[in-house]
Amino acid sequence: MIHNKDTIPQRPAPKGTIGPIAWLRGNLFNGPVNSIFTLLGLYVLYLLVVPTIQWAFIDADWVGSSREDCSRAGACWVFINARFSQFMYGLYPSSEYWRPNIVFAMFAAIIAWMVIPRLPFKRWVALLALLVFPVIAYVLLHGGYFDLPRVSTHRWGGLMLTLLLATVGMVGALPIGIVLALGRRSNMPIVKTFCVIFIEFWRGVPLITILFMASVMLPLFLPSEISVDRLVRALIGLTLFQSAYMAEVIRGGLQAIPKGQDEAAAALGMTYWKRMGLIVMPQALKMMIPGIVNTFISLFKDTTLVMIIGLFDLLGIVQAALSDSNWLGFSLEGYVFAAFVFWIFCFSMSRYSQYLERKLNTGHQR
Amino acid sequence: MSVRPNIRPVGHKPPFWRDRAKRALIFQIILVAVVAAFLAYIIHNTQANLNARGITTGFGFLSNTAGFGIVQSLIDYSSQSSYGRTFVVGLINTLLVGGLGVIAASIIGFTVGIARLSPNWLIARLANAYIETFRNIPVLLQIFFWYFAVLRTLPGARDSMAFGEAFFLNVRGLYLPQPLFESGFGLIPATFVVAIIASIALIIWNRRRHEATGKRLPAGLISLVIIFGLPLLVLIATGVPVTWEMPELRGFNFRGGITIIPEFLALWLALSIYTASFIAEIVRSGIQAIPHGQTEAAQALSLPRKLVLRLVVIPQAMRVIIPPLTSQYLNLIKNSSLATAIGYPDLVSVFAGTTLNQTGQAIEVIAMTMAVYLVISLLVSMFMNWFNARVALVER
Repeated sequence: MIHNKDTIPQRPAPKGTIGPIAWLRGNLFNGPVNSIFTLLGLYVLYLLVVPTIQWAFIDADWVGSSREDCSRAGACWVFINARFSQFMYGLYPSSEYWRPNIVFAMFAAIIAWMVIPRLPFKRWVALLALLVFPVIAYVLLHGGYFDLPRVSTHRWGGLMLTLLLATVGMVGALPIGIVLALGRRSNMPIVKTFCVIFIEFWRGVPLITILFMASVMLPLFLPSEISVDRLVRALIGLTLFQSAYMAEVIRGGLQAIPKGQDEAAAALGMTYWKRMGLIVMPQALKMMIPGIVNTFISLFKDTTLVMIIGLFDLLGIVQAALSDSNWLGFSLEGYVFAAFVFWIFCFSMSRYSQYLERKLNTGHQR
Repeated sequence: MSVRPNIRPVGHKPPFWRDRAKRALIFQIILVAVVAAFLAYIIHNTQANLNARGITTGFGFLSNTAGFGIVQSLIDYSSQSSYGRTFVVGLINTLLVGGLGVIAASIIGFTVGIARLSPNWLIARLANAYIETFRNIPVLLQIFFWYFAVLRTLPGARDSMAFGEAFFLNVRGLYLPQPLFESGFGLIPATFVVAIIASIALIIWNRRRHEATGKRLPAGLISLVIIFGLPLLVLIATGVPVTWEMPELRGFNFRGGITIIPEFLALWLALSIYTASFIAEIVRSGIQAIPHGQTEAAQALSLPRKLVLRLVVIPQAMRVIIPPLTSQYLNLIKNSSLATAIGYPDLVSVFAGTTLNQTGQAIEVIAMTMAVYLVISLLVSMFMNWFNARVALVER
């Protein structure tokens, strides 16, 4: 037997299969049609990117305080700078900015704790976030307790309001969504019918008509001595709208759990709520998380609609700032800024949901 | 449902709260009672509130004179028309932007979705950048961008951007030449219909012949030639009975031609671009959902690449694509209600906006508006379910 103890030295790969030239040939210029597409793509890129960089960075004005400081041809970021605190807090009194800041910081800390996989006590943090944090946030933002001056809700605005609407809408919609989803899968015909009608109604109409309804019709539905704050009306509309979409996501998750799981739990003598709470829901929730994040992203984008019923969310306050006679003609800058903020939030959330999808993609794949 | 063996002695009945069927019945009766009480409470309050405000309910207001103009109307409308007419004008405008939006979004979406899977690295990256940019920005913001930052900053009528003396773009909108049909033009649509019927007959005959004898004609190509060639021949034979009315600058504005208002353009662009980014993702995931083995098996049967796509990949991918595609179409139609933010006269803007403010008939107006969207949703889902069922038959 011939035995060679030495390793045969590695030979370089054949010429033309490695290196940048080969990559170019393989991915960009393989064939005449692809080469034409590549050149076209490069041209489009050139047409888009060069003027954008020129406008947004090279020719832009960054420092100053009034529109006279914007003398150059490019973007006038001075406008954003001058209005930045309004874009964040709306018409909140500037001496009280520390209050929303604390809430922002706590919110960010909670999110970070929940998102970073290594940190412990997730369950307790979640419980704290759901039970204690809303109270603290309300006391801080609204005031009227502990010598904090009252700031009524019509002064709330900007990114703060956007985040508030999205978070409250989401947290409120989750339990309603769970109940609706369970009801839609129920064996009881009347319960099922009610849930189907409820879900399909809210899903079938545009959010804007729901907000109109909440702002115009809700006062009619309640006794005349009860007046509901405009922000609360918007929140009710958003929550009901969101709960219908949430119910469908949850139903999708429930359907993915094999029926044998439920039947096995029933065979052990578990009651309905035990079966759902201990067996079906924990497994289904794992599958639902990406869907829930996706509906949250669309809710986050949809909160912009509240400006139509007169609330100043981030887009609403930007739009209001654009009609300021001192700063006319900077609509492009305003929209680019708002788009950038929304984009950062939505893009990072969608990346997180993709990450979760990969991470949770363990069982149930047969 | 689990079946319980009867292990109790005969004659001994369990208490009713242990009986699942009775419990369900009681629970449902309670639910109905609660919902009915809630509805009664709301109706009672509403009646009290309406009485206090002196608003009479009913749909009589629909025949009152509206008294306001609408900038875009496909049917005859003036400020003397009734509120009922306003409703119809708004509905038609909604359907117009929704329909054209669905078409444009599908074209852009399918193109970008296929480009996303291109073997060309640059094209795939560009398509990905398009998707990630536009689907992560709120559609209302995009509508504002196109309207206030682009179309509202265009030059005035005198300095309009001209494209070959026929198309003009300025702050007041896009001006296109309008075709004026002379007598004898009716022959051309008639030929068109005949050509379509002939093509369908040809395709059916071709399929039968193919199944019976194995021979086939390029029926798709032939019908394309018939559908477009035949009307063209008739058009030339009748001496082209069409004249084009060109938009012309007279004084401060353009006269003649078709005017597309900037509100429509902004809404249509924003809705199409936004929805297309979702459709592109649906198309990509639909095509990727087909296992590669399908393509390989088709190649092993030595089907040419074109037929692999047409007979194996696309029919299966459509099954995955159609349900989410339907909900995107519905989203587009529902999002068209954002027209109210820029003043495009859609249903929500002219009816749930202006009409509601003028008449104060909140309940009737909102209910009619919601009913329209619900009916559209139901019709589109029904059509798509039917289509889906047809496509699903391909499976097994």
